[in-house]
Amino acid sequence: MTIKSVLVANRGEIAVRIIKAAQSLGVRTVQVHSAADVDMLAVKLADEAVNIGSPAPKKSYLNIEAVISAAKAAGVDAIHPGYGFLSENGDFADAVVAAGMIFVGPSGDAIRLLGDKVAAREVAARAGVPTVPGSGGRVADLTQAHEIAARTGFPVMIKAAAGGGGRGIRIVDSLAELDKQFPLASAEAAAAFGDGGLYMEKVITKARHVEVQIFGDGENFVHFYERECSLQRRRQKVWEEAPAFQLPQVVRQKLCESAVALAREVKYKGAGTVEYLYDDSTREFYFIEVNTRIQVEHPVTEMITGFDLVQEMLKVAGGAKLSVTQDDIRPHGHAIECRINAEDPLKDFAPSPGTISRLEVPEQEGVRFDTMLYEGYTIPPFYDSLLGKLIVWGETRSECLKRLRHALDGLKIEGVPTTVPLHQALAQSAAVQTGAFHTRFLEGWLDTDFACKDKVRPEVA
Amino acid sequence: MSKLEIRSPLPGTFYRTSSPDAAPFKADGDAVSESDVVGVIEVMKTFHEITAGVSGKNIVFLCDNEEPVMAGQVIAEVEG
Repeated sequence: MTIKSVLVANRGEIAVRIIKAAQSLGVRTVQVHSAADVDMLAVKLADEAVNIGSPAPKKSYLNIEAVISAAKAAGVDAIHPGYGFLSENGDFADAVVAAGMIFVGPSGDAIRLLGDKVAAREVAARAGVPTVPGSGGRVADLTQAHEIAARTGFPVMIKAAAGGGGRGIRIVDSLAELDKQFPLASAEAAAAFGDGGLYMEKVITKARHVEVQIFGDGENFVHFYERECSLQRRRQKVWEEAPAFQLPQVVRQKLCESAVALAREVKYKGAGTVEYLYDDSTREFYFIEVNTRIQVEHPVTEMITGFDLVQEMLKVAGGAKLSVTQDDIRPHGHAIECRINAEDPLKDFAPSPGTISRLEVPEQEGVRFDTMLYEGYTIPPFYDSLLGKLIVWGETRSECLKRLRHALDGLKIEGVPTTVPLHQALAQSAAVQTGAFHTRFLEGWLDTDFACKDKVRPEVA
Repeated sequence: MSKLEIRSPLPGTFYRTSSPDAAPFKADGDAVSESDVVGVIEVMKTFHEITAGVSGKNIVFLCDNEEPVMAGQVIAEVEG
């Protein structure tokens, strides 16, 4: 292990997760934080903490210079970016290396290549991974947009080539709408991302969102099987599972092998995720994008495979070969992760920063709670509302759901409204038990089933 | 003539404009009516419009653009 010290360039639960993984490897940890995050758990747990700026992310967690100079001053060997913030910023990865440190993740070039959705699609196609029918590249103009729509049929999605996080997406149902939305989408993309480039994709209705965890050391590549992330609200994942619900074995094998082929194509180094849409009715899957970082939902993969992916990231970044071969990775059982957010699900998910007056975490076999919370902690309003993730494992999916219901009842978070009641309702719902998943399922369910308040037992008055 | 207060309903970051290049919703000295939007507050990466809630003239902002605010903090005053 060549990394003796690491700076954590993130906050919240993922910062805590990275610190614990590093400490278990005997690595010294340095936590950067904004002025609003002096009291956060990661600051308390780290060996050293550095204030790098004011609360606004662009003045602290997104400030490349501030992060690099804190790292230099602290004398660390490496920087772990977590997810979000600078984690998929190729220029940041390059700046870390230029400053003589290790970036815990792929190279700046790999991040840029896979971060450009059009280029990533071309890489996928080269690796033999099926892509969603569409433009296959940037759309030159409206005339070409018409040709593509004629080939794929409606509805068709217009997406910003440089977009992300569900931003810059428009779905159109007709030529008239295409004519209207295409120039608007381009102007918006130019304003938001400094790049007006667009591409087009056929909309796969009732698609499931299935993704494969990949890992590489630059020469060897493996997958840690797939996750299902179909339960989303406003394109933000709410609930994730591993393995995917009733995915035929032959599809699972093809899917996972295609993700490894893609990793090999770009000589991938570190942890990554290849995202797909999967159509139950045709059993076809289509590549969407690659996330070149650890993901929020990585724990479900850890629970079914028994590997610590964040420790593995630190080892590989330090120059070690992958500690496992594909044959070593054998999934066992079923895991579900519920994202617990500081939002009130009974009031249209209104964000709810505030002070945690009580925290009780269930101690139960197969239950893990990755969190940033402690009693007395005041959640600042400036960042993401994710407070923690409740991850539950069982031998079978039904045992997992049973344990999850019990664990959710035992999880007491008081002081602010949270999404715990939403998860309690989901864990009891027939739809989740029968796996009636697709990416637009949750919003409809929220309007119809969740609106029946008697099904919900609010934890917080 | 009385002073009426416009308070932030939520803690977060206060913006006087809808986007970085847009003109402010209201300039100091403007008149406002109850339903007028006077600013936007960013809370946990979501944006919420703040409506005046009162009618009056000569609005004076007590908060700068992009300033962190607490729930209940007075953002502006108008003459009622």
